[in-house]
Amino acid sequence: MTLWEKITSSPMLGGKEGVIGLAVLAAIIFVVLPLSVDIFRLNLIGKYLTYAFVAVGLVMLWGHGGILSLGQGIFFGLGGYAMAMFLKLEASDPITTKIQSTPGIPDFMDWNQLTALPWFWEPFKSLPFTIFAVLTIPALFAYIIGYAMFKRRVGGVYFSIITQAVALILSILIVGQQGYTGGVNGMTDLRTMLGWDIRSDSAKYILYFVNGLLLFGAIFLSKYIMSSKFGMLLLAMRDKEERVRFSGYDVSNFKIFIFCLAAMMSAVGGAMFTLQVGFMSPSFVGIVPSIEMVIFCAVGGRASLVGAVYGTLLVNYGKTVFSETYPELWLFLMGGLFISVVMFFPNGLAGIWDKLATKYGWFKDKAEAKKPEVSTSGVEAQAVLTDVSPATATESTDVASMKATRKKAGAKPLLEGNKMRGAEA
Amino acid sequence: MFGYSMADIGNIVVMQGFSGLSMFTVLLLMALGLAIIFGQMGVINMAHGEFMTIGAYTTVLISKVAASYGFTDYYFVFAIAIAFLLAFAVGYFVEFIMIRHLYKRPLDTLLATWGLSLVMQQIFRSSFGAKEVSAELPEWMLGSFKPTPDIDIPINGVFVMVLAALVTFGVYMFMYKSRWGLRVRATVQNRTMAGAVGINTAKVDRVTFALGCGIAGIAGAAFTTIASTGPTTGTLYIVDSFMVVVFGGAASIVGTIASAFGIAQAQSVLQFFMTSSMGKVSTLLVIVTILMMKPEGLFASKLRK
Repeated sequence: MTLWEKITSSPMLGGKEGVIGLAVLAAIIFVVLPLSVDIFRLNLIGKYLTYAFVAVGLVMLWGHGGILSLGQGIFFGLGGYAMAMFLKLEASDPITTKIQSTPGIPDFMDWNQLTALPWFWEPFKSLPFTIFAVLTIPALFAYIIGYAMFKRRVGGVYFSIITQAVALILSILIVGQQGYTGGVNGMTDLRTMLGWDIRSDSAKYILYFVNGLLLFGAIFLSKYIMSSKFGMLLLAMRDKEERVRFSGYDVSNFKIFIFCLAAMMSAVGGAMFTLQVGFMSPSFVGIVPSIEMVIFCAVGGRASLVGAVYGTLLVNYGKTVFSETYPELWLFLMGGLFISVVMFFPNGLAGIWDKLATKYGWFKDKAEAKKPEVSTSGVEAQAVLTDVSPATATESTDVASMKATRKKAGAKPLLEGNKMRGAEA
Repeated sequence: MFGYSMADIGNIVVMQGFSGLSMFTVLLLMALGLAIIFGQMGVINMAHGEFMTIGAYTTVLISKVAASYGFTDYYFVFAIAIAFLLAFAVGYFVEFIMIRHLYKRPLDTLLATWGLSLVMQQIFRSSFGAKEVSAELPEWMLGSFKPTPDIDIPINGVFVMVLAALVTFGVYMFMYKSRWGLRVRATVQNRTMAGAVGINTAKVDRVTFALGCGIAGIAGAAFTTIASTGPTTGTLYIVDSFMVVVFGGAASIVGTIASAFGIAQAQSVLQFFMTSSMGKVSTLLVIVTILMMKPEGLFASKLRK
């Protein structure tokens, strides 16, 4: 077995098509874009890619778990603000802020008549704590929300509405508590990280690549989770929650876990956003950004990790181009995008690609790859649970090879049947 | 408390209570429409606020026309009717074009109607401008009436309250005492059976959705008496209205009234004692906490899960 065969046969990466998809995305992010655009545009793309963390989290949460959170901006914002607090403290040392009435505290605190650093700001003087906070605070917050809701079996629509309300609360709170958060302007004027100037071109290049690597880390982690038994259960939960519960699984714990994980990814995105863009403001926390992040994911294809990244890039690129040149058209376009994606392309770009690939037979091993489609009718699931469910890795390869032989013999593979139903809906 | 005397606090509570009542009526009207659309049909209409804006702009336009012809005193009744009809018609159309394809995917209606709300906001902005406009209120609606020298109750507030009471009564009669309401409830409870006994469920859906939108239009007309209208007016109320409906228990009219009252009053009174943002934050926080404890809302019918 050559290395290539080894890689392409790994169920985690999704077969030949999955590997090529990842390789193309990697080539675009790490080679094509850095070589073809200037640093200003590259920084902008880096900014878009930080939203892709949220979109990747949403693919798992929404596309695979069926949980639509309209509050991912909360976690993006918490991560971003944690990083911004660290950078802001470093930017407001007593020498640069000596014209303030209280030197050594961030400028917006001084403008709001605060005379000492609030206690919860103190730990953010240390970078390790900040990184720890970026990873844990949003996840903890998600745990609290998730625990309270999923344990009481609040799901679906109610979960969306309540997360949206939480996003509203947090954004009003940030805007209202100017002295502690910088208010509506957010935390601006962030300069250095441990003395390293993050505004220089070289720093921007480095941050872009770090961001890209972290994003790929998030994608690989998600792929790993989805190819595991847990990923299968997640799909089963999305399509027929009761049945999974009756099979003896604690559904709420799985939901809480995936929600926390998506929150953590969003937070990493938020922290990278702050580093690359140099500020953080409540306009990335509230209802509108949170719901826009959902559309990034929906455009790319809510069940496709790679698709979500493309979706994020495309929508944001469109937003930048249109809102610069035709600001009136942009809202029409964005609204139209929401409507048409939902009504005509529920699987987004990835769905279109799948259709083309199946039609022209680009990837022969496609039918064998476990590709979860978005269930729009809600009648699936059964097949997922009974046919392929708690399969160990060896079993699943057995199943795949078995299916291959059956296909040759003319029998219809189980998963293909499943897929067709997905496509019909 | 906060350096006010007891008498002051009494007056403040009464006056803030009354300003809360104006908010309560708008919120109630919004939530009534939403309780029909979301509570009964299960459609998450994120564009509900924009239907309210339709009603508000209609009222403003009619008031301008009325002012130029000099019958300002009576136009309001027509304005309410036309606001209702226009929002109803748009709702009917939207259901036909969009919503009816999405009944099986409630989360997707949320995204699609959010898209719709963006489009509608931009339409408002392109046709009426980004600036807020306000209606010319009839003479008799201005001014206030004073039961005691310290208390000041605006007449327009009283008017919208009466309006809201009438609409609530009308919705109650429609849903629980009329043939149409019976059909709506039958369709919601068991679509297949309702179809089998000869109810045109598709038509029921369309009219129900349109009715909810129409009530939002009336909410818009009421809204013009207390504030000025802009393209994004609707977005201010959408989360609050959803909170009202969910908090009250999705399918219950009594619950909707009670929770609209509670939320509006809490915000209004708290906003006086704290900053306006903190008042809103603490109200919402309390609601979200209660909803986490009791997700089915305050007045939900008992269900076995």
